[in-house]
Amino acid sequence: MRIDLVARPQRSRLIEIAAPVAAMAVAILIGGVVVALVGRSPLTAFDVYFIEPLTQSYSLQAIAVKATPLVLIATGLIFCYRANFWNIGAEGQFVAGGALGGWLGLVTHDGALQGAIGGWWILPAMMVLGAIGGALYALIPALLRVRLNVSEILTSLMLVYVAQLALDWLVRGPWKDPEGHNLPVSVNFDPAASLPLLVDGGSLHLGVLFVPLAVALAAVVFSKTLFGYSVRLAGSAPRAARFGGFDDRAIAIAAFMISGALAGLAGVVEVSGKIGQLLPSISPGYGFSAIIVAFLGRLSPVGVLVAGLVLALTFVGGEDAQIAMHLPGDLTLAFQGVLLACVLAADVLARYRLLVSWGWGARS
Amino acid sequence: MNAQAVVDILMIVVSAATPLLIAAVGEIVAERAGVINLGLEGMMIVGAASGFAFAYLTDSTLLGVVAAALGGVAIAGVFAFLTLGLAANQVAAGLAMTIFGRGLANLVGAGFVGLKRARAPELRIPGLSDLPIVGKLLFGQDVFVYCAILLTAVVAYWLTRTRAGLTLRAVGEDHVSGHSLGLPVRSIRLAAVLFGGACAGVAGGYLSLAYTPFWSPDMTAGRGWIALALVVFASWRPWRALAGALLFGGVAVLALAFQGLGVPIPAQALNAAPYVTTIVVLVILSARDVRGATAPQSLGVSFIPDR
Repeated sequence: MRIDLVARPQRSRLIEIAAPVAAMAVAILIGGVVVALVGRSPLTAFDVYFIEPLTQSYSLQAIAVKATPLVLIATGLIFCYRANFWNIGAEGQFVAGGALGGWLGLVTHDGALQGAIGGWWILPAMMVLGAIGGALYALIPALLRVRLNVSEILTSLMLVYVAQLALDWLVRGPWKDPEGHNLPVSVNFDPAASLPLLVDGGSLHLGVLFVPLAVALAAVVFSKTLFGYSVRLAGSAPRAARFGGFDDRAIAIAAFMISGALAGLAGVVEVSGKIGQLLPSISPGYGFSAIIVAFLGRLSPVGVLVAGLVLALTFVGGEDAQIAMHLPGDLTLAFQGVLLACVLAADVLARYRLLVSWGWGARS
Repeated sequence: MNAQAVVDILMIVVSAATPLLIAAVGEIVAERAGVINLGLEGMMIVGAASGFAFAYLTDSTLLGVVAAALGGVAIAGVFAFLTLGLAANQVAAGLAMTIFGRGLANLVGAGFVGLKRARAPELRIPGLSDLPIVGKLLFGQDVFVYCAILLTAVVAYWLTRTRAGLTLRAVGEDHVSGHSLGLPVRSIRLAAVLFGGACAGVAGGYLSLAYTPFWSPDMTAGRGWIALALVVFASWRPWRALAGALLFGGVAVLALAFQGLGVPIPAQALNAAPYVTTIVVLVILSARDVRGATAPQSLGVSFIPDR
């Protein structure tokens, strides 16, 4: 069997939008078959996964809260991936940002450091620290890549484990709540260090507003600024970019730092808005899921927003399915993997026509 | 510390190094052919799950190993379809396979949590295995260990001393030239990727059949990623991967040994050691070879043949 790819003469707008939708449909079909194999009704599962969460106020809020870190991280990842730098350590940058931002929440606990000026500055400072923490952590693989040509794929990934273990140590050691019955948790943040809720008794918090802000900013940067152009050019035509006088090292470092800053911001938003204290582990793998979001959103800011909401839906639906149908939680993970595979395949099919010829004569 | 304690520690080092070595050698072949497969972790965990499941159901370690290899090959096949057939991005497709593999393996393995079976058999050569000190270390390991060393030797020889190995490396260095010479670039890469998948599957099978003879979710615990780092550490050479695997395995065991001796270092710092070591080693390697010229030139680049 031989598969040939023939480039489509022009890219049609319709196919561009249809491709990820088709990928989603195929992934859902595969998921349905798996659910049927496990001996449950695929229709009920579809309803629980994708429909019911959209009908309840609390699950809609949960979707928005889950989508927040996914979209923020993925928006940053676009900068790296567009420039052809493979930052897959967003999970570590998320943890670094959450830890550094959260640290301010801990040291200002019980009104400390607030004195006469009050606590109004704490939240903004936490957000800034979170972004700085993530950006600095992303700077490590960026510098190693740019200065020493060390694979950023491996270093950024290795640093994920280092960040997770460091936070684990901090929360079990120096940052542990002394009155916490020896549980590995920090103190709860003061209200001045917690992002306020937008809905009484709900889960929707102020941090959600960073999402439209980041997406809009990224969209403008990509379509209207020289920097956005240079990132795209460095990724799609590196030689042309160099001849054009763009400094590819500076682009790499900027892309990594933007990516890290957004991941770090997502981390501190999660800590301050959702968790309310520091725990040994603060992420169920947002940094990795965000990679799926970035591709599902076709590496465009607006696409990422939609994709982040869709993936958040599968998280929330997956939790509901665990409770309502006793479907294993790993089904969600497997589904996300299938989804990413389908998206990648659809991506190619949007750009190329497929010619399949059978028989042994046709090899390549 | 007496000699017996040293031998015990070395035994653990060897068994910690074995899965890393098997997976890394397979990945070396794939990467020498120009394909970087970040799905290593996913292929390993699927191998661990399918290997344990089949070994448990058939009560045969050998069938378990075969199933582990096939599990890895299955995931590698999907990866190959995406990256070779459809020329999809290798980094993203590999990640998809890791995420998918983790989910799939945990689904398959859910029915096997808590079940136990006997460890894979260990070599026994009467006389030799009973030698004091070195007997157990050299002649009393489980079968996987010897197979891993044999695999390293065969792959090292095959890559550098045979025509087929040369062809594979040529395709990894410059697929366009290879194609114009009439080499079946994608078929060669397919074979290399599937071989890598089989190795990764067996490496996972080692974990659930010999290392800890039971299945637990996420039991590969990032070893696939360490094996990937090991490939770079070894500058794509099998024998260096053997040395590296022992070093990486040693660092992991050192963590345990330090804790046992009560050295006041936080457990987390020791657990982070293999990852930090990997980064340091990557930096040292690149400082020695700034252009990174040891990597296959076409590594990670999709190939679309003209018709």
